[in-house]
Amino acid sequence: MTKKTVMTPEDMRRTLARIAHEIIERNKVLGHLVLVGMHTRGVPLAERLAANIASYESLSIPVGALDISLYRDDLASLELKPIVQRSDIPVSIDGKSVVLVDDVLYTGRSIRAAMDALMDFGRPRDIQLAVLIDRGHRELPVRADYIGKNIPSSRDEEIQVQLEETDGVDEVTIIYAPAPKEAP
Amino acid sequence: MSTLRQKEAPALPKNPDATAKTPVWRHSHILDVDDFSPQEIELVFSTTDAMKEVLSRPIKKVPALRGKTIVTLFYEPSTRTRISFELAAKNLSADTVHLSTSASSVTKGESLIDSLSTLQALGANVVVIRHSQSGAPYLAARYLEASIVNAGDGWHAHPTQALLDLYTIREHKGKIKGLKVVIIGDILHSRVAHSNIWSLTTMGAAVTLCAPPTLLPAGLGHEQKHFPKVSLEPDIERAVESADAVMTLRLQRERQQSGLLPSLREYVQLYQLNESRLARAKPDALVLHPGPVNEGIEISPGVAHGPQSVIDQQVANGVAVRMALLYLLVGGKSI
Repeated sequence: MTKKTVMTPEDMRRTLARIAHEIIERNKVLGHLVLVGMHTRGVPLAERLAANIASYESLSIPVGALDISLYRDDLASLELKPIVQRSDIPVSIDGKSVVLVDDVLYTGRSIRAAMDALMDFGRPRDIQLAVLIDRGHRELPVRADYIGKNIPSSRDEEIQVQLEETDGVDEVTIIYAPAPKEAP
Repeated sequence: MSTLRQKEAPALPKNPDATAKTPVWRHSHILDVDDFSPQEIELVFSTTDAMKEVLSRPIKKVPALRGKTIVTLFYEPSTRTRISFELAAKNLSADTVHLSTSASSVTKGESLIDSLSTLQALGANVVVIRHSQSGAPYLAARYLEASIVNAGDGWHAHPTQALLDLYTIREHKGKIKGLKVVIIGDILHSRVAHSNIWSLTTMGAAVTLCAPPTLLPAGLGHEQKHFPKVSLEPDIERAVESADAVMTLRLQRERQQSGLLPSLREYVQLYQLNESRLARAKPDALVLHPGPVNEGIEISPGVAHGPQSVIDQQVANGVAVRMALLYLLVGGKSI
């Protein structure tokens, strides 16, 4: 098993600063913006982006949290069922521009589930996607509007995003572990 | 003749790994709460929190159990429990079928095993059973591939009611551990009381029982190997003293006819939860009742509808708790 750091705390700070600026640039009317983080690590990322936007534009953007467990397409085949966490969308999203925030974009299936979940909360004007890492291997026609870093990866690699709020440290690492044969 | 083979009784995996990040859910059936670990009950609580949020949305439906079939098989009348299960299943997008025994082949003498065999052949994923015989759901679990949920069996257990009672208490008190919970009434014949005693003590509450001696299980109060430790206090005023929650039980009128009570009037005099007795509990004590309520018998109308009563919230929380349990049973791996 090998481990390589691809994003340091300083890198992460700058990346989130850039994404916040891009969101401001793209959305002329910031009053219509809602940031929605996907459980677990999307939530603190959304909060940091909102804090950045607030400091650049002195405007506070509502931040929500979304759990997609109940919308997953692989629910029936998972060995361990996901722990359902509470979703919390603080404002009506009708007619709003919603920016979904997640740590890693991979197959695109979580984003599909998240969009289905959002639609049950209302009818947003549009949905945009911000991710810290895009690692490729899409299985659905999904692309991100804001990308922290592209990391072309192999399926044997694991991209581990750690955040101060959830893991005590800001860091992104690639862990290479060639498919271990699990003992029966 | 039944086409079903009896399955080997699947033993629950021992020692759930308490250190694992993901709490281990070990149950493929919900028969009683006596084999639930505190971690499992906490997982039910946190999942219920998420389900309550779903119920607060404009569209109260999520696709988690799409394609699953849930059958409610009720050999005893019930309104709230059956409707609660049905709504829970529908909110999770499962298909539900209700089999009422008065309108089915049961009236032609079909046995429980044969009815279950038919449900299995029709592809039920979950069978919710209410039966007047204690242990009927256990029998079903031995024969059926589907997950069995006990919605009340005889005098034995009513696990989903107990979990919704605990959830309602936790919602108000923030915890269960260390609370004094008093259960008043016909403990002997109450499956709700039995399941509550198990789950409350598992979560660290101190349970006090208050009932006429004829309506208490024999041997309580002594050290018991197969029953949780509870306190007995036949005097209702002493029993509710500084309680955090008081639960009264429905008194079946048959109890008097069968000679277990001298008269209803005496029961009301000695065991009814009324305003003056409730005043001895903590000022913020909760009043619970599993329903249906006999107003004026086990509880006075003023208490049943008073500010401390959470009886309606119990019913509302029932849907969310049952959604959580159905998700935990069949939401993960397919069966």
